[in-house]
Amino acid sequence: MAAPAAILSCAFLSAPVAARVIAVAPGPDAQARLQEALIDARPGDTVTLGAGRFELTDGLSLDVDRVELRGAGPDRTVLSFKGQQGAGEGLLVTSDDVVLRDFAVEDTRGDGIKSKGADRIVYHNLRVEWTGGPKATNGAYGVYPVSSSDILVDKVVVRGASDAGIYVGQSRNIVVRGSIAEYNVAGIEIENSYNADVHGNVARHNTGGILVFDLPNLPQTGGHSVRVFANQITDNDTPNFAPAGNIVASVPTGTGVMVMANARVHVFGNTLAGNGTTNVLLVGYREAFDDKAYNPLIREVVVRDNVHGRAGYAPAFPGGAELAAAMGGTLPPIVWDGTGERVVARDKVTALTLALSDPRQPLTAARPAPARFPDGALPGEPAPVVLPAGMAERIR
Amino acid sequence: MRPLRTPPVRRLAASVLAAAALLLASAAPPAPGVDDALIAGDTLPQRLSEFRFFIDGRPNRRVVRYQLNTPLFSDYADKDRFIYVPAGSRARYGADGAIDFPVGSALIKSFSYPADARQPDGPRRTVETRVLLRRASGWVALPYLWSGDDAVLRRGGARLEIGWTDKAGRARTVSYGVPNANQCKECHQSAGALVPIGPKARNLDDGHQLGALAAAGLVDRAPPGLAAMPRADDPAAPLAARARAYLDINCAHCHSRAGMASNSGLYLGFDEPDPVARGRLKRPVAAGRGSAGLAFDIQPGAPDQSILLHRMASTEPGIAMPELGRTLTHDEGVALIRAYIAQMK
Repeated sequence: MAAPAAILSCAFLSAPVAARVIAVAPGPDAQARLQEALIDARPGDTVTLGAGRFELTDGLSLDVDRVELRGAGPDRTVLSFKGQQGAGEGLLVTSDDVVLRDFAVEDTRGDGIKSKGADRIVYHNLRVEWTGGPKATNGAYGVYPVSSSDILVDKVVVRGASDAGIYVGQSRNIVVRGSIAEYNVAGIEIENSYNADVHGNVARHNTGGILVFDLPNLPQTGGHSVRVFANQITDNDTPNFAPAGNIVASVPTGTGVMVMANARVHVFGNTLAGNGTTNVLLVGYREAFDDKAYNPLIREVVVRDNVHGRAGYAPAFPGGAELAAAMGGTLPPIVWDGTGERVVARDKVTALTLALSDPRQPLTAARPAPARFPDGALPGEPAPVVLPAGMAERIR
Repeated sequence: MRPLRTPPVRRLAASVLAAAALLLASAAPPAPGVDDALIAGDTLPQRLSEFRFFIDGRPNRRVVRYQLNTPLFSDYADKDRFIYVPAGSRARYGADGAIDFPVGSALIKSFSYPADARQPDGPRRTVETRVLLRRASGWVALPYLWSGDDAVLRRGGARLEIGWTDKAGRARTVSYGVPNANQCKECHQSAGALVPIGPKARNLDDGHQLGALAAAGLVDRAPPGLAAMPRADDPAAPLAARARAYLDINCAHCHSRAGMASNSGLYLGFDEPDPVARGRLKRPVAAGRGSAGLAFDIQPGAPDQSILLHRMASTEPGIAMPELGRTLTHDEGVALIRAYIAQMK
């Protein structure tokens, strides 16, 4: 393990300082010993976490560039925050080029792992879990990179988040792949972000599987260019347990993919089934807002080549049951509020439009009908996300 | 060694005594001043005494006590604050009243609890002393934990059970959190750089303190036209200004466009012009269970429908704000913000 770190230090450091491995074992005083290791680490160092349970009483944080924090595996090294007395998250990262891998974070009082302004961060082979199952008292986000560029979330498992299991906010150039999000309110959420590829994930037994949202009154708005492809988005059937007030509290139980107020979002090649409200929900932002820069509509949204199983048999939004009854018992697997520009669904299933003229209209104003989409060329697909050289290599 | 909390009367007496002692001992060589090289260097001194900020519990030369109009609430700990600026230099004012300290300066803050708050001059437990050192590379924050006659560097943080009797005679306890060195940075960072929070002109200006600091040769004369922030506990000041001063010093170090909570869109600086950014009818973003089922950070006229007040009143990690440095509720602060929101139209 020291060898690759040493190679990195040669590549990046001008001063000939050898990269070190700082080993931390579980046991008494783990909080201070681990935190001091995270403070003492120098760029290029690896902090290793021994196998076992670290019983922590406060948040941990890392603010040194190019540090790798590595455990013995997500089922062998557990950072337990059951006794947490302070801080808004379990682990906070505020430095660049950090790799987090091979450990678990359990039962944080707030968010699990947060990284802010942490560019080129890699989350790999981690587990973040609230072990008591889905509860409103669980923390909001499991894996929470925000306000950053170049993010790789790879082979991460998140269970029980009362907001989103994997949440990427106000960032750009993002890859979320090969991960499992289950028993969260939202499985995976990309919010107010630019250029994201979300692929090869499993989002199951959440309230909603994968969300692509944009919200007003934030430093970065105008979310765009998101590709959601080759994911398994099934059986999202956990009743919404988000505290009201949060935007995900409005996600109907049984939603597969939900796109809201974003531009250039392409949803393709996914397997969608067992989502009782609908497999794909396409809507504008429904709340009042005071933000001149904010566009509440969806634009250039494409849904194509997805495989649809059973859906729409238990619509969990007000008026949904009546709507389903009028449609012959179930809602179609694609539901669109009818607003926005250049919205196209080309899957071989029925799509329903509510034919609203404004996303804020009440559903009583809906004139539900099968949606018709224009033929011809689809809106252009966003280019694949390319992460900086060396990022993915660090977890090979 | 310990920086004893000295009430004004005793301070006067002490300075008279010190002057008398100085006269008597005028032939003796002067005691060594603060260790400038240690402040400006790149080491991590293990003991607070190495700096020589205090000699026999009294501030050394050019170590000057200061006070803030409105302080940050820290679990009802009393705080003694000192500025040190090395001889031959002085701090200068920036355009917005921020104070730019020269390399070699230090800000020193000791946290203590009286055994009985009804007897502030009685026995007292000093818990920790945090120092901010102005080095060529920027500010460095170091927390020192008291043990016996000296305080020892403790960068990994700590939890201590502390008991005291409050002003109303009630027995209180706190699981006091000594921040780790990174947590110091979380609150003290702005646009990625470590900065002091409290000593801004508007929060130091009580009518005479800025002049006293200038007279002591530590800080330039204040430029004209600086607007002082009111004391949050001054009943004569307008309620909204008091509340915004309180939110500024307790929240805005994170809740600003350059702070740790920039992504929240909630900005609580005293000068913030945008009412939505100040919380008015602003929906939460990443509040999680901190929202308590409420729709807005501030619902005008309805404190109990306002997430901001709910999180100030909570002591539960994941809900409580500020996230660091508070495990008790600040009853007076909650009452102030409650009144502020209640009178909003």
